[in-house]
Amino acid sequence: MEQQYIDLYKQQHESIKKHSAAVMNDSRDDAFALFEALRFPTVALENYKYTDLKEPLSIDYGLNINRIPIPVNPYEVFQCDVPGIHSYLYFVVNDAFYPVNEPRNKALPKGVIIGSLKEVATTHPELVKNYFGKLSTTKNDGLIAFNGAFAQDGFFMYVPKNVVLDKPVQLVNIMRSDVDFMANSHNLIILEEGAKAQLLVCDHTVDEVHFLSNRVTEVFAGEDATYEHYKLENTHTKTTNLSTLLIDQHPSSNVLANVITLHNGVTRNTIEIDLDGEHCETLLCGMVIGDKNQQVDNFTSIIHNKPNCNSRELFKYVLDGMAKGGFTGKLYVAKDAQKTSAFQTNRNILLNKTAKMRTKPQLEIYADDVKCSHGATIGQLDETAKFYMQSRGIPESEARLLLMFAFTNDVIENIRIPALQDRIKLLVEKRLRGELSKCEGCVICQ
Amino acid sequence: MSTDILHEVTQGDYKYGFTTDIETDIIPIGLSEDVVRLISAKKNEPEWMLEFRLKAYRHWLTMKMPEWAHLDIPKIDYQSIAYYAAPRKNAPQSLDEVDPELLKTFEKLGIPLHERMALSGIAVDAVMDSVSVKTTFKESLSELGIIFCSFSEAVEHHPDLVQKYMSSVVPYTDNFFATLNCAVFSDGSFVYIPKGVRCPMELSTYFRINAMNTGQFERTLIIADEDSYVSYLEGCTAPMRDENQLHAAIVEIVAMKNAQVKYSTVQNWYPGDKNGKGGIYNFVTKRGICKGENSKISWTQVETGSAITWKYPSCILLGDNSSAEFYSVAVTNHHQQADTGTKMLHIGKNTSSHILSKGISAGFGQNSYRGLVKINPAAENSRNFSQCDSLLLGDKCGAHTFPYMEVNNDTSIVEHEATTSKINEDQIFYCNQRGISTEDAVGLIVNGYAKEVLNQLPMEFAVEAQKLLQITLEGSVG
Amino acid sequence: MLEIKNLHANINGKEILKGLDLVVRPGEIHAIMGPNGAGKSTLASVLTGNQTFEVTKGEVTFYGKNLLELTPEDRSREGIFLSFQYPVEIPGVSMVNFMRTALNEHRKYKNMEPLSATDFLRIMREKKTLVEMDNKLANRSVNEGFSGGEKKRNEIFQMAMLEPRLAILDETDSGLDIDALRIVANGVNKLKRPDNASIVITHYQRLLEYIVPDFVHVLYDGRIVKTGGKELALELEDKGYDWIKKEVEENI
Repeated sequence: MEQQYIDLYKQQHESIKKHSAAVMNDSRDDAFALFEALRFPTVALENYKYTDLKEPLSIDYGLNINRIPIPVNPYEVFQCDVPGIHSYLYFVVNDAFYPVNEPRNKALPKGVIIGSLKEVATTHPELVKNYFGKLSTTKNDGLIAFNGAFAQDGFFMYVPKNVVLDKPVQLVNIMRSDVDFMANSHNLIILEEGAKAQLLVCDHTVDEVHFLSNRVTEVFAGEDATYEHYKLENTHTKTTNLSTLLIDQHPSSNVLANVITLHNGVTRNTIEIDLDGEHCETLLCGMVIGDKNQQVDNFTSIIHNKPNCNSRELFKYVLDGMAKGGFTGKLYVAKDAQKTSAFQTNRNILLNKTAKMRTKPQLEIYADDVKCSHGATIGQLDETAKFYMQSRGIPESEARLLLMFAFTNDVIENIRIPALQDRIKLLVEKRLRGELSKCEGCVICQ
Repeated sequence: MSTDILHEVTQGDYKYGFTTDIETDIIPIGLSEDVVRLISAKKNEPEWMLEFRLKAYRHWLTMKMPEWAHLDIPKIDYQSIAYYAAPRKNAPQSLDEVDPELLKTFEKLGIPLHERMALSGIAVDAVMDSVSVKTTFKESLSELGIIFCSFSEAVEHHPDLVQKYMSSVVPYTDNFFATLNCAVFSDGSFVYIPKGVRCPMELSTYFRINAMNTGQFERTLIIADEDSYVSYLEGCTAPMRDENQLHAAIVEIVAMKNAQVKYSTVQNWYPGDKNGKGGIYNFVTKRGICKGENSKISWTQVETGSAITWKYPSCILLGDNSSAEFYSVAVTNHHQQADTGTKMLHIGKNTSSHILSKGISAGFGQNSYRGLVKINPAAENSRNFSQCDSLLLGDKCGAHTFPYMEVNNDTSIVEHEATTSKINEDQIFYCNQRGISTEDAVGLIVNGYAKEVLNQLPMEFAVEAQKLLQITLEGSVG
Repeated sequence: MLEIKNLHANINGKEILKGLDLVVRPGEIHAIMGPNGAGKSTLASVLTGNQTFEVTKGEVTFYGKNLLELTPEDRSREGIFLSFQYPVEIPGVSMVNFMRTALNEHRKYKNMEPLSATDFLRIMREKKTLVEMDNKLANRSVNEGFSGGEKKRNEIFQMAMLEPRLAILDETDSGLDIDALRIVANGVNKLKRPDNASIVITHYQRLLEYIVPDFVHVLYDGRIVKTGGKELALELEDKGYDWIKKEVEENI
């Protein structure tokens, strides 16, 4: 499986580098060597127990190494319009930042840089160099290494000291191709001291081919910075979405990450948050609604390296059909991270006897003055509550729906952009009603 | 009561650390097919048993020591261990024939082998190094049809039962340590409770390692036939030695329709000294199968000893409506490490399991709970509830929880809760205000914390376990 | 028996007691009243040796011994008892086991033999009736699942068991209904002897109708600013604390 990519890199690494930036090329050969040693992860690896990539990786994907422009009008396929949300809007098509002349982006506060990672790495090499790969190159993971070898571009955002972005930034990833296609992209997000930003990432697929997206996002939240990261996945069942989100938190920073999978094929989210300063606040949330043959594995770890930090984690799954869910919640408290408070919850509902859920919360604690807990349940909707509603005249199907909606609601509550929250509420309700049994605007998912 | 114990403890640390000077028959160190044959020959085993051992040994050669546990295990040289050691006088027919030194040893350990002096209601099988020394109350039990004897005797007198059930719960290929045990196991206990019999007394095996540089590889097999009941206790101690010693045992339990088996362990192998030198490596495979409908297996363990513990007493819930329980208190102090927990595999319908684990870490101790609850598609309406709490005493120890939950149908419910916290200062001050010293207060609070588990133990064991908890934590506050 | 001179105490660097003086003689009942945040509970904590508070200045002697040098458990063994405002729950530790450990520690301190189980249970039975405590409560874990009233009764029961020379009742009346209050006060009164003393910390005059104090002290801003007889409590009930605050401020 790996061999074709290994051969490809060996033959094409010059072209790969030529169409990328020097800063990104610096670590490329090392990443490749690491990938050659590690290969793609299999279920035999403890960290990939619940992500089976055998099938998606057996497909023969094309790669756009020579950066041939993809003919697309993103506005035509862009379905992620959130009414009432005023945002700065950007597009990545497959793995390339897509320049559009968007009038609303002209109002960006001074000093903020948003654009193509490849280009900014050329125009501001020093800035990018200080951060690029600082998190990703330390990981011993085949997918991240693969990304390091093949990613040539991605999304870049820089918010200078004490600058507050008045509106959320919306990044729309569009997968568009006439043949089975693989995209590797690297996103880099930097918030300096006291900066504030919200990023909404939407994933969409357009064409009826197989897509595999392998994306690595690095986030650096400076001292006192506030960062919110929302990821909304609404793709078709032929999509494999491998997404790594690495966040480094400096003292007193506040980070919220909320990953919502509404519709997908195979999804693997690796989320790793390092608390590298005191008094950090972290809230990590996620939700999965899955049916058909969908697979979702959220592999998360929150690492408390310093004292006096608070973290909270909440993941909810509703699984129907033959869907397979996986969750890993690693909570690590280092020796000196006293006064840590960390709570984790994972609750799952199986609606069908062919749906499967596997969950693996973990506490690894080396400091004594801590308050840590985790709770995990796998079960069904509350029958008594359902009966209570029925006895008040609510039909069973509606009662089920209300209960499912209530079940997912606390994740949605943790969306701090009101217009987005409303929009997601609506989408979730539609999804639960079966009205969103395919991602909007595509025809593959039946 | 707590003060006396602590006082006693401040003087000596591990009170079972003495050695017995007794003539011992030890085979040379090292492991090979010849050694396996030699062990089998020493025990006059039938051909089928030798074949079983050889099959296991050959398989073991292809295996690697597991590395997934949260343990730092120094390299073990399997060629530097002696795989068989036995007090010279073998198989005594009556108590008069038992070496007086041995009797003294077990009396010192509080395990009386004189039946008239024995604690009422407990029958004991005493195992020293590789052989069973004496089984008490054998005759009175046999009147009920209960078989309680050493494993070697069972091989000789009840080969049909042994052949039918041995390795039926833990296959010889199961894991590195279990496979090694299958190749070189020496002795252990065998229990058979016939249909409809409620065993009138607690059955107990007491394991003692005495000889130097030996490993102890015993295996226990308990079969509870339909509608029967038995409560079984296991205790263990070892002398204090600077070298590490390996203990790799197997326990198998088979519970038929409506049968109930309660298995309790107070594990107090020598934990090594304050600096982590010496101590037993306790790598044990324990598994039960609820084979028939409505059967029930309950594991209770108090783990205070051993330098390293690797142990997951598990249940296969095969029969419909069967149930299983796992209650555990594990303490790690000084440099002790424990990776322990359970596996509950639900196969039958309406099966239920309950897990309660209380970890206590002090000193440089590392304590991990590791558990798997798996509900198979056919195990409709199954239930599991797990509670795993960790208590930390001191800032150099660690407490970890690694639960795995897999549910494959839509009628079952699995719930898991885990908490980690340090000992509550308010509780200590409250005790102080009533005149109780901090050390005693910690003892009280820790025993209170572990009470739900200790309550599961038979009376005599519960008292012993309470003392042990306090002793193990001696010196951990300050 | 107890002499407090110019006591200053901090919590997290914030000064709560700012030069408190108090003398308690055997046979006396002292009521300490004062508005919220005056330092009433801090005084109880400092006297019993709670480590959260730091004594920065002043001295406290108990029968001539420097109290501040003693560990919390030795203060208890010397005969100082605190009825906690918020009694602590200790799951899994039975009242019997807890009390027997405590009582035997007190006896050991006095070079007395530990009590046999039967003697202990007999004493426990006797003392339980004093506070009309349910038999079942004694077999439960310390304070776990007790109602507010049960917890307070349990405190007085423990006091009866340990027979202190100085009892400090910290807001023992808070959260009690009138019946429970009567039971608790009865218990305290029955335990009164010429050779022991009590400090009753309270916010309201209500308790003092049942436990009649010899002295009433008003604690305000870390100091005792006014001392009087039992009628002072009534005056406070009537007028509130504002006039005291005013008086103090005028004096400054």
